[in-house]
Amino acid sequence: MSTRLYIPRDSSALSLGADEIAAAIQAHAGTTVDIVRNGSRGMYWLEPMIEVVTAKGRIAYGPVAPEDIKGLFDNDFLNGGEHPLRLGVTDELPWLKKQERLTFSRVGITDPVSVSDYVAHEGYRGLCKALELAPAAIVQEVTDSGLRGRGGAAFPTGIKWKTVLGCTAQQKYIVCNADEGDSGTYSDRMIMEGDPLVLIEGMTIAGLAVGADQGYIYLRSEYPDALVVLNEAIKNAYAAGYLGDDILGSGHRFHLEVRRAAGAYICGEETSLLESLEGKRGVIRFKPPLPAIEGLFGKPTVVNNVISLATVPIILDKGAAFYRDYGMGRSRGTLPIQLAGNIKYCGLVEKAFGITLRELLYDYGGGSASGRPIRAVQVGGPLGAYLPESQFDTPLDYEKFSEIWAVLGHGGIVAFDDTVDMARMARYAFEFCAIESCGKCTPCRIGSTRGVEVMDKIIAGTQPEKNAKLVRDLSDTMLNGSLCALGGMTPYPVLSAINHFPEDFGLQQHELAA
Amino acid sequence: MLSEDLLVEKHIDAHKATPGGLLPLLHSIQDDIGYIPEHSYKLISKALNISVAEVHGVVSFYHHFITTPPGQHVLHICRAESCQAMGSTELEAHAKTVLNVEYHQTTKDGAISMEPVYCLGNCALSPAVMLDEKVYGRVSKARLDALLTSSRKPK
Ligand SMILES: Cc1cc2nc3c(=O)[nH]c(=O)nc-3n(C[C@H](O)[C@H](O)[C@H](O)COP(=O)(O)O)c2cc1C
Ligand code: SF4
Ligand code: FES
Repeated sequence: MSTRLYIPRDSSALSLGADEIAAAIQAHAGTTVDIVRNGSRGMYWLEPMIEVVTAKGRIAYGPVAPEDIKGLFDNDFLNGGEHPLRLGVTDELPWLKKQERLTFSRVGITDPVSVSDYVAHEGYRGLCKALELAPAAIVQEVTDSGLRGRGGAAFPTGIKWKTVLGCTAQQKYIVCNADEGDSGTYSDRMIMEGDPLVLIEGMTIAGLAVGADQGYIYLRSEYPDALVVLNEAIKNAYAAGYLGDDILGSGHRFHLEVRRAAGAYICGEETSLLESLEGKRGVIRFKPPLPAIEGLFGKPTVVNNVISLATVPIILDKGAAFYRDYGMGRSRGTLPIQLAGNIKYCGLVEKAFGITLRELLYDYGGGSASGRPIRAVQVGGPLGAYLPESQFDTPLDYEKFSEIWAVLGHGGIVAFDDTVDMARMARYAFEFCAIESCGKCTPCRIGSTRGVEVMDKIIAGTQPEKNAKLVRDLSDTMLNGSLCALGGMTPYPVLSAINHFPEDFGLQQHELAA
Repeated sequence: MLSEDLLVEKHIDAHKATPGGLLPLLHSIQDDIGYIPEHSYKLISKALNISVAEVHGVVSFYHHFITTPPGQHVLHICRAESCQAMGSTELEAHAKTVLNVEYHQTTKDGAISMEPVYCLGNCALSPAVMLDEKVYGRVSKARLDALLTSSRKPK
């Protein structure tokens, strides 16, 4: 009998040579090994990490370099043998064991494109429940779970679905926002590469709930590997009868297609995304009408983030109360948090809301990668605030973050050590806004370019007090006069940088917070 | 030109009935030819019943679409925050020096075009780059040099 090995096909693992490792092991062992290309367990400092199935469970080795392979075989790693890279039983690794993996329960464990493996690991139980429920009951379950959109705006998912369910229309759509543009985020990618069927199941349930029979996944073009995995998984779901004209013989239809984006950050905003899906420039639409009422091709449309949709199956399977029992305040359930930037142990931490930044940065992250003090942390992507050390005890909770004028966004945490120049980061925030602006409103289109110019003066040391005031005025205009959050939230990173790190702007004392 | 037009026609036929098919069409043209030839706008506009200006507007809106032939390889360097926190600014400066190009330019020998990108989802392994369709993580200057050298080797 051949030994089963798991070697990730996750694109981050591939970025460190996982394909080469898999090929070398295959060449060395031939038919004595059966290699499954799984998702990543999310411990990226250990990638490429390979797992061997033994009588004691799955034993992990990592990070494996091509030159380690001979030694691994010499030390009988196929039977869990001792080796300096041996990490132990994967599920017992404290970093993983302390987590509360609900949405990510199968990522890294199953073969991502195998429907039978998915079903063997509790997959499609949510859909089977949903098929027995009336649409309104599915919506109620999602509402009762307390799930809020994980794409950034944290809008209650059940309420959005209720609006679409309440619309009478021949055609409705489910659109998955897989544009994942925020720096420091990769949880959508990990789901799509590591457990795409959970997203497919979630979208199918959404279709049943609101009466939509067509879904689109709008996938960023920077994710070519995810595209391949998604298409394989969709094909297999069709073949197994989980997608198509008669899902599991229930008489319900649901069709699903992946559409590639084309490298525009703004197309992650839902109305711009819909324009793009219609084949147009991704210019923001005025709201109202809400996409839920007039969305894709003018039809009622659910637009949800990958993680929101991928969380629906477990809610249907285990019940609203099970999910709602995790979390704090009005932030219910878990958040897949992504550690990024200058952090020693970067990776995916799914935990109930309420964990603090400090625990994430130090207990999970192990401090900075450079060994220097962590000075600033940007949470929630390029439109998120920079937080100083004094705010590291803030618990991850939507409301607690808004109290300190910050956002959780899509759960990305990017750490910087004390070599960071926060004036340059503020300049970059304006620059990014200028590059990605859809051009519809002046404060964003012009203001961002003006912001870059003023920041250049501050960086050059020219009249910092006067120019910092200009930046504040400009930020005010953008905050109040932008149609969407690209222009409207660029002031978050900018002003938080000035407020918390005035010394980097050549300012003597803390000025009044905006 | 003519053979290119034929290729474009083939892609148009495959996508003209697709709802919102312009982006899928542009992708398949670029995947095939390497860029979107401007003289194809007319063919596209006719087939999809939109104006040439609209086609131009869409192509120019999206960073991914290019209208001139790229080099043999395209190097995307991530400029976003997580990669900056791990030294991408120095990496970018290094790449510009060794390739002797700015962003959106191609080396004199036509081998490598350099483009910026804003996050590759590889932020756990910053700094990241993408060479053609393959992503690389924890890219030091030396690792980048090695990548560029091996991509230039004739296959
Ligand atoms: C500039 C901008 C970029 C955005 N990018 C994304 C994105 O990449 N992915 C995403 O899911 N939501 C993004 N959003 C939020 C979407 O507009 C929308 O709120 C979300 O797709 C709704 O899904 P959810 O309720 O499941 O979060 C973005 C918003 C703005 C203003
Ligand atoms: S704020 Fe910027 S991106 Fe948003 S609608 Fe206005 S111009 Fe477009
Ligand atoms: S910020 Fe560079 S890969 Fe995400």
